Amino acid sequence: MDAWQIAWFTIACAGLATLLMVPPGVLVAWLLARRQFPGRALIEALVSLPLVLPPVATGLVLLMLLGRRGAVGRVLERLGIEVVFTWKAVVLAMAIMGFPLLVRTARAGFEQVNERYERVAATLGARPMRVFMTISLPLAWPSVLAGAVLGFARALGEFGATIVVAGSIPGQTRTLAVAIYSFTETGQDTQALTLVLMSVAIAFVALWAANRLASRRAA
Amino acid sequence: MIVVDIVLVQGTFTLEMSARLDAPITALFGPSGSGKTTTLDAIAGLRMPSRGTITVNDRVLFSSESRVNLPPHHRHVGYMPQDVALFPHMDVRKNLLYGRHPGVSPELDRVVGMLEIDRLVDRRVNDLSGGERQRVALGRALMSGPSLLLLDEPLAAVDVPLRRRILPYLQRVRDDLKIPIVYVSHDREEVDELADAVIRLDGGRVAV
Repeated sequence: MDAWQIAWFTIACAGLATLLMVPPGVLVAWLLARRQFPGRALIEALVSLPLVLPPVATGLVLLMLLGRRGAVGRVLERLGIEVVFTWKAVVLAMAIMGFPLLVRTARAGFEQVNERYERVAATLGARPMRVFMTISLPLAWPSVLAGAVLGFARALGEFGATIVVAGSIPGQTRTLAVAIYSFTETGQDTQALTLVLMSVAIAFVALWAANRLASRRAA
Repeated sequence: MIVVDIVLVQGTFTLEMSARLDAPITALFGPSGSGKTTTLDAIAGLRMPSRGTITVNDRVLFSSESRVNLPPHHRHVGYMPQDVALFPHMDVRKNLLYGRHPGVSPELDRVVGMLEIDRLVDRRVNDLSGGERQRVALGRALMSGPSLLLLDEPLAAVDVPLRRRILPYLQRVRDDLKIPIVYVSHDREEVDELADAVIRLDGGRVAV
């Protein structure tokens, strides 16, 4: 077993998952904070669903959607893209599980921005996109960043959805959490413990980096 | 010439406003809750009237009949809210230049000179005094090259000596830049000193 390889794979997948969830997450957070639109309650519920559903259930839904007979999977197969039981499924599962944390945190940040700033910017001739990029986003930035870090941290530890939709294929889909489980199940406690210590170290580094970013922002 | 002829319903409050504003400085005067700020918001495009028309120099900003409702960023209306709302994450210069439109906006040097804020341009917004904030916010609105200035209680948050010092700046804006000003106040003395015309509002209607 190469513990480092598993650790890097996990970090890389969590990083990709964060990149994948940030653009739609920030948009949804802003929409929920600032706009009234039909279907808003539905979006709100959908976004929070992965937070309350058992992760395994989320994984199963993904498997049904993305599998060869699934609605999305069929289209992807025709395009020659295979997702299920590949690293792509790992990234997707991580992104979906981290999404609610990002959206909730970023949304609180947008809600705290005084609407007066956005209104004044509009009267100064700024189009909605410019208002968003120059006023709303910079002022909500600490919360967006905190949300992204939370989403990343959640992605690092993702287990339930990952194991259903991506499995535990060594060298291909095996993340830290999944590997710890697999090693424990097969009685390889030493290896499992090594990975646990590694997870703790990664978590510390991530939190330290997040705190540094936050304090630099405040300075 | 500004024509405001609107009905705006907001919860249980109804604003019925019908007025022609053709003086250089018009004051909207009345007790709180009389609809002064709502009128400014309607002109700026921040609140939509139920029906009516708003025109500035024959340019239609809102018309329920011809279904026109220009968004705030197309109205060319300088708006200064009561709390001035300087962008806290930008320095004074960036605030001033935020709404600049090349070819339409006045020169920065001219505006900062007129408002005597030239030595403040590199300062952080949070380091400004109350009177400085007012002038920077006024400058920011002017730098967008507006065809009309809307000021919501520009002098309410400052004490009397400071008020004495800010009034002349507003008069300069009127006299030098020839931009009409509509401003909201509940202070009789201030209105008498500054305004060329007064519209009294009470309970959402123009009082005669």
